[in-house]
Amino acid sequence: MIRDITLGQYYQADSVIHKLDPRVKLTATLGFIISLFVVNSWIGYVVAAVFLAVVIKLSKVPFGYMVKGMKAIVFILMITVVFNLFLTPGEPLVTLWKLTITKEGAKLAGMMAVRLSFLIVGSSVMTLTTTPNSLTDGLEKLMRPLKIFKVPVHEVAMMMSIALRFIPILLEETDKIMKAQIARGADFESGNLIKKAKAMVPLLVPLFISAFRRANDLAMAMEARCYRGGENRSKMKPLQYKGRDRIAYGVLLVYFVGCVLIRIYL
Amino acid sequence: MSLILDHVNYIYGGDTALAVHALNDVNLVIPDGQFIGLIGHTGSGKSTLVQHLNGLIKPTSGSIYYNGEDIHDQDYDKKKLRSKVGLVFQYPEHQLFEIDVFKDVCFGPKNLGLSKQETELRAYAALKQVGLEDEYFYQSPFDLSGGQKRRVAIAGVLAMKPEILILDEPTAGLDPKGRDEILDQIARLKEETGITVILVSHSMEDVAKYVERIIVMNQGSVLYDDVPREVFKHYKELEQVGLAAPQVTYIMQALASRGLPVRTDVTTIEEAKQEIRSKFL
Repeated sequence: MIRDITLGQYYQADSVIHKLDPRVKLTATLGFIISLFVVNSWIGYVVAAVFLAVVIKLSKVPFGYMVKGMKAIVFILMITVVFNLFLTPGEPLVTLWKLTITKEGAKLAGMMAVRLSFLIVGSSVMTLTTTPNSLTDGLEKLMRPLKIFKVPVHEVAMMMSIALRFIPILLEETDKIMKAQIARGADFESGNLIKKAKAMVPLLVPLFISAFRRANDLAMAMEARCYRGGENRSKMKPLQYKGRDRIAYGVLLVYFVGCVLIRIYL
Repeated sequence: MSLILDHVNYIYGGDTALAVHALNDVNLVIPDGQFIGLIGHTGSGKSTLVQHLNGLIKPTSGSIYYNGEDIHDQDYDKKKLRSKVGLVFQYPEHQLFEIDVFKDVCFGPKNLGLSKQETELRAYAALKQVGLEDEYFYQSPFDLSGGQKRRVAIAGVLAMKPEILILDEPTAGLDPKGRDEILDQIARLKEETGITVILVSHSMEDVAKYVERIIVMNQGSVLYDDVPREVFKHYKELEQVGLAAPQVTYIMQALASRGLPVRTDVTTIEEAKQEIRSKFL
């Protein structure tokens, strides 16, 4: 059950998208998200869909993986659609009891749904094709200019990569502790809300203790290897733009300008 | 009163390309009152196997019967099964959570719906069985030493009065003294109560001294299932699957190969000592 979480997971494959510099992918994801809010016509969404489809095809990640990530937001998606459908004023289309679906509402709800799902699929393409480590590397390098404003860029990136690294470990730990308590007769499934919340104590206490223990061990191990933050720290594999990265930037620029033009002229 | 595994298969991640055949056609009969060692290299499927025994994992195919009943029948009471088949996980001290030792041990029997009095009696008896002194009963479990924590965790399962006690690597991470203490205590417990004990380990040395039957797992299948002295005869094959026979086996084999007329099928240091003595003194 908990293993079904795919958002933020990496899918190993050998593709052009996987090989791109993480900075390109971060910028592209940001650009893609902005483009979704720039376009407001169906033609724009078709262009975005084509762009996304091509990228997914190139990434060699099975489409099923992206859809799995969608499961997490189905609820939010439904609320958005329902609210937009019924609460947008305009020309009435269908009237159910006191609720009226307007033409504008239907259009807006449809667009919202498309926008949100594209957003999720778009960002899962990035996380599925980029290892957490290179993602934080890219982020660190992209955010470097913020150092002028005394933003601890390296530390933030390090915290992010540690947090990401700990997700699978803690999931596994949760699974193990849960099983151990079930073996002692614990029941996590039946009962009302209060009973269920109480049943979580034997799971959460050991989990927190284990998280603290691991954090402590990690800090100790880092210190033992003389870690002292980002000052003068060099990289074994520094990020360097290659030909394909420049092409990717070019493609992204064309797509983005296209979206803006569609917004202005169509 | 026994546990039967009938053609049990288990596959991890069945629908992806990363499917792993963790158990491959396992057939076992575990009668009452046996002291069994379950041995295998890391990843041989021994932990997966023991989680099948109390219904934590459902086999992909095959059935498991406890006292003649299929444990995956719809109306089978899993909770009751888990009180009868007690499973102590690896590093069980990581599951402690209560504010004091006594309360933590009470968790299991309380979940079984027993009265307060019965719960406390069982908890007390269990703590005594693992040899924890009274002075620790009302301390936080997190203030104890590693070996003590582990005893408390084992007591937590014992308090449910299981008929089969399964211990997954109970000595992992303990020093030699702590290891011997825990194993001796388990052996004594077995002696006193007559329950079935399954000791999971990757070390022959640990279990050879105590158990009457050894099940060797390799890549999800049962490789050997016999009395220790028979299993150790295959010491060369054991090495190939990343295991080893106890050191005395090697000594006796070496003596025999140099022409000394000793028996090579001894399993403990004590036996070896007597054998060598009887031949030379």
